[in-house]
Amino acid sequence: MTRIRGLKTVAALALALGLALPAAAADVTLVNVSYDPTRELYKEYNSAFAAYWKEKSGDNVTVQTSHGGSGKQARAVIDGLSADVVTLALAVDIDIIAKETGKLPENWQSRLPFASSPYTSTIVFLVRKGNPKGVKDWNDLVRSDVQVITPNPKTSGGARWNYLAAWIYALETFGKDEAKAKEFVGQLFKNVPVLDTGARGSTTTFAQRGIGDVLLAWENEAYLSLKELGEDQFDIVVPSLSILAEPPVALVDGNVDAKGTRKAAEAYLEYLYSDVGQKLAAKHFYRPSKPELADPADVARFPAARLVKLEDVFGSWANAQKTHFSDGGVFDQIYKPGQ
Amino acid sequence: MTATVSSGWRFRQPSVIPGFGLTLGYTVAYLTLIILVPLAGLAWRSAGLGAEEFLRIATDPRTTSALRVSFGAALVAALINLVFGLIVAWVLVRYRFPGRRVIDAIVDLPFALPTAVAGIALTAIYAPNGPLGGFLAGYGIKIAYAYPGIVVALVFIGLPFVVRTVQPVMEDLDREIEEAAATLGANRRITVFRVLLPALLPAALTGFALALARGVGEYGSVIFIAGNIPYVTEIAPLLIVIRLEEYNYAGATAIGALMLIISFAMLLLINLIQAWSRKRYGHG
Repeated sequence: MTRIRGLKTVAALALALGLALPAAAADVTLVNVSYDPTRELYKEYNSAFAAYWKEKSGDNVTVQTSHGGSGKQARAVIDGLSADVVTLALAVDIDIIAKETGKLPENWQSRLPFASSPYTSTIVFLVRKGNPKGVKDWNDLVRSDVQVITPNPKTSGGARWNYLAAWIYALETFGKDEAKAKEFVGQLFKNVPVLDTGARGSTTTFAQRGIGDVLLAWENEAYLSLKELGEDQFDIVVPSLSILAEPPVALVDGNVDAKGTRKAAEAYLEYLYSDVGQKLAAKHFYRPSKPELADPADVARFPAARLVKLEDVFGSWANAQKTHFSDGGVFDQIYKPGQ
Repeated sequence: MTATVSSGWRFRQPSVIPGFGLTLGYTVAYLTLIILVPLAGLAWRSAGLGAEEFLRIATDPRTTSALRVSFGAALVAALINLVFGLIVAWVLVRYRFPGRRVIDAIVDLPFALPTAVAGIALTAIYAPNGPLGGFLAGYGIKIAYAYPGIVVALVFIGLPFVVRTVQPVMEDLDREIEEAAATLGANRRITVFRVLLPALLPAALTGFALALARGVGEYGSVIFIAGNIPYVTEIAPLLIVIRLEEYNYAGATAIGALMLIISFAMLLLINLIQAWSRKRYGHG
């Protein structure tokens, strides 16, 4: 009996505390639903923003950031995860949230500068130290002696950028010949021995398991791998041409209005474009959209490469998604039964 | 498992133990809530597809090859577990040796371990640069990132099922039966195959069915070791995840429903074999 009474007391106390806290101080909790490789960036950015917001408004803000595959995260928001902001890998994932839930307007991408992308990235090659296979550009990836590691474009947003970057290269090389491009990308994927479900899984396969000669990776992931796993093990190769990946951010209006967190959530996204936000993005190996605000030494790490915008080749994400990654789309046609 | 005595068609045998209504009511409500309602949801969603679309998904080469990989690997793994599970159980029940309790406890580890951890650990060992994988690679045998990798993962997670279902039955098996067989002139082979195994068969089949069912639905550990190449090492649960990533809920449910139908048919078949063997050998 005493134990039960003890429990009741605890429960009552907890309830009282829970009820008392929000009234006592203006505490704001923001939920940022993000994708996999932004872990380190947002960890630092969240505390920077909390300090800034405390000074500006006097409120204590706590930001909870959840990470996972971009598509999976989008589905969680559709299924009811009450995200204040989403910072995902692909615009199409946010489009679907807008379409399915109506919690943000369809023109969400035009509400913030640079198509709502405060930072960008690109796809580069991570190769073993000294580049033993002499991989220089995309055309080396279809050589029969080269094994390529990439996650599955069906389950990983990052992998879709890999695939589309290869496609753009092929289109350029073969004079816009779609059939040749398909053959090229198909050949590339024949050199892929393991299709992991996510970017981090592929990094593990390549770095820890020693599989493959080239890892197709986000630029920031590649630099992070160098930092974490040792610069003496890998080199980064920047191909002659790659894709400009614009991971967008958006406010989920329906959720912030329900929770009364609009002001803080808006500031959270806008602050990404400030000198602090831009510096942090560059520090964590994202290419800042306003490089003049970031640390020049950080910006200098990014080699110049021709980066092609997805919209210029495929029209829109939705378009690329439908043609290439839908059920029975071009990516599915690459794989044939009995191989 | 209680043996029911059937004699004509009556709703139930009168029982000396009270509380039938209450417990049956509870059983039905519980099973409905926990199992039938979610499964009905699955059926409902895939029914929304229409027969034609469902049939298209069911006969799609990608689907059939994924189902083949999943069920094939689960079957092979369950068979391996059936043989070795019987041996492990036999050793644990019939012999007393130092460390027996430890081995007994180790058998349960695959139950306790998160499957992702199992997958990562197995991959680390069987990858070409892992200790075992490197050794086997010297002989041209590839385990991780190939079909055998899936089987290895499923053997791992399915091991406890056969051991744990067979063990108690084996413990109940009197040594005198073997001695009686010997006095009646049976040699050791006949004792094992005509006396011991038939008595263990129903329990072993239960363990086999459990291991099989577990293997068919396994995702967490397989995903790390399989390589996941379409038509080669792509398992059906991964295909479901892929369909979900395409926001193709109906397609995902259809594959789920297909797996359910096949699994149900298999389990039913195993149950029938069990009933037959019980009737024949009179052990339950």
